[in-house]
Amino acid sequence: MTTARFSLQRQHRVLPGFGLSLGVSLTFISLVLLLPLTSLVGQLSQLSWSQYWFLITDPRIVASYSVTLGAAAVACLFNAAFGLLMAWVLVRYDFPGKRLVDALMDLPFALPTAVAGITLATLYSSNGWIGSLLEPTGISIAYTWVGIALAMAFTSIPFVVRTVQPVLEDLPAEIDEAAVSLGAKDGHAFRRVILPHLWPALVTGTGLAFVRSLGEFGAVIFIAGGKPYETEITSLMIFVRLQEYDYAGASAVASIVLATSLLLLLVINLWQGRFIKRLHGGRG
Amino acid sequence: MSIRIEQVAKTFGRTQALAPIDLNIADGELIGLLGPSGSGKTTLLRIMAGLEQADGGRIHFGERDVTQLHVRDRRIGFVFQHYALFRHMTVFENVAFGLRAMPRRERPSNADIRSRVTQLLEMVRLNEFAERFPAQLSGGQQQRVALARALALKPDVLLLDEPFGALDAKVRQELRRWLRHLHDELNFTSVFVTHDQEEALELSDRVVVMSNGRIEQIATPDELYRQPANRFVFEFLGDVNRLEGDVRDGVLTCGDAHLDVGDLADGGQELLLRPHEISLAGEPSAHTHLPVTVTAIVPVGAEVRLELEADWLVEPWLATISHADFERLDVQRGKRLFATPTHWHRFNAQTVAEPAAVAMS
Repeated sequence: MTTARFSLQRQHRVLPGFGLSLGVSLTFISLVLLLPLTSLVGQLSQLSWSQYWFLITDPRIVASYSVTLGAAAVACLFNAAFGLLMAWVLVRYDFPGKRLVDALMDLPFALPTAVAGITLATLYSSNGWIGSLLEPTGISIAYTWVGIALAMAFTSIPFVVRTVQPVLEDLPAEIDEAAVSLGAKDGHAFRRVILPHLWPALVTGTGLAFVRSLGEFGAVIFIAGGKPYETEITSLMIFVRLQEYDYAGASAVASIVLATSLLLLLVINLWQGRFIKRLHGGRG
Repeated sequence: MSIRIEQVAKTFGRTQALAPIDLNIADGELIGLLGPSGSGKTTLLRIMAGLEQADGGRIHFGERDVTQLHVRDRRIGFVFQHYALFRHMTVFENVAFGLRAMPRRERPSNADIRSRVTQLLEMVRLNEFAERFPAQLSGGQQQRVALARALALKPDVLLLDEPFGALDAKVRQELRRWLRHLHDELNFTSVFVTHDQEEALELSDRVVVMSNGRIEQIATPDELYRQPANRFVFEFLGDVNRLEGDVRDGVLTCGDAHLDVGDLADGGQELLLRPHEISLAGEPSAHTHLPVTVTAIVPVGAEVRLELEADWLVEPWLATISHADFERLDVQRGKRLFATPTHWHRFNAQTVAEPAAVAMS
């Protein structure tokens, strides 16, 4: 069935331009996405397996894995909660300045990440506005993993808000009214009725935020401080290798980030497909 | 449980959705709120449910004052036009939702929930669909699930917002009858909203006709059809033909048409006729001369609908005649016939009722 549908039969299509648009798209994908990836593989092919293994298990780099993963996990969990709240507020309530808040949500995407990084670093360093307030209490954010997580959360929050928002908009208010008219408490209605509908979007958004955080560089390096074994993130390690003209080493570490990201995206997509299938009664 | 509504009003911004309204509904009654869109019927229903807060007035369910009660504490069942089923839950879990949402102390055991839900699904004849998801059911089946779900907690009052509005004609007919049976069997008090007069007349014990946030008339379907309180009710309940003309000495004239109207006052008059209140003949009679031309013929069910035009008519008339008359008169498009009103209605100045109708022959 599927092969028949995609075989290139000469048949009349109502919508013109299939061949041209698909051709241009594929060319573009090849140039922008596949070509750089191929060169990465090319770099890697100069390494033997043992060399590769040696490069990616360097203790300093392994430490950076755990810093990156830990900070990204904290950032994306924070974003899951905060992003859901933001989406909820933006969809369900009317308040003055709503449009402005809505537009502000995209700021982390629009702002150069380096600018965000510098801003955060100055705010939270020991002589910054917030940092100086926190210093007497003994809490330091800049140059610790908390700062890294903060920068990651900042740059990836729109992923959660923008994936949850449209789903929440499509959810008719009748659904909560129905739940409440059946005697459900607000919390029960939210957990059992609203959250299950938002779940796929929330997980996808959080997953994207996590993947983005794994690769975040600009916003993080300024606030991270770069103490070996403590606040070095993996993308910084790639940068360091490149500065040492160690292209093979950089590629090896990059391949780990890439593989993790791709795997996560694949898992999220598969899982979401299954969930959506169920909502549509197993029919697609 | 009886419902007593006193002086309930509601405004949205600057528009008045409900003028202060009084309405008493007896225990076990099935009430239809009928009106065009924007008449306030849905607002009234939602205020009864507690989904909307009234600006003023009181609502009692039996002896209980529920005006300030939250929806969840009012003990109502609410059925939505678009079902509002929980799409991620099976039919069984949808119906069980209200029982499972009860506080732990009052919640029935799992076995009790199972037997109650099974019983409800049997009642709506959907027990073999228990493990399906809503998306796998037809519209009519989904609405039955919604009904079972609303009845699961044995509500005092069942409220239905255009429950059959999204369904096609045949399913709607079937569900109406079925709801009527269910209502007679279980004897709960229910209020439903509709804009379909046929639905209101067929289903309700009493119909509440509304327009512009006001109640126009409260009556049994029979009374409503025979004695409409005003012109709005009359026009809303069915097709209307108008005849305007000058009356002089008991004869109404309009162009080359004239009609004996008995003791009607002199001056400009407007008569309203239902399609079945027009009889047709091949020849004019002594008292009546209303020549018309047949412009369309639609055979529907037990009768034939004819569209009639004449140069003395502003809008074409709609007449329904029996198949026997249709054959006897040998009606064809373009045929010239003579109309005779068997009955007419007149309303003074839009408001006051004057169901003075004279039978003519």
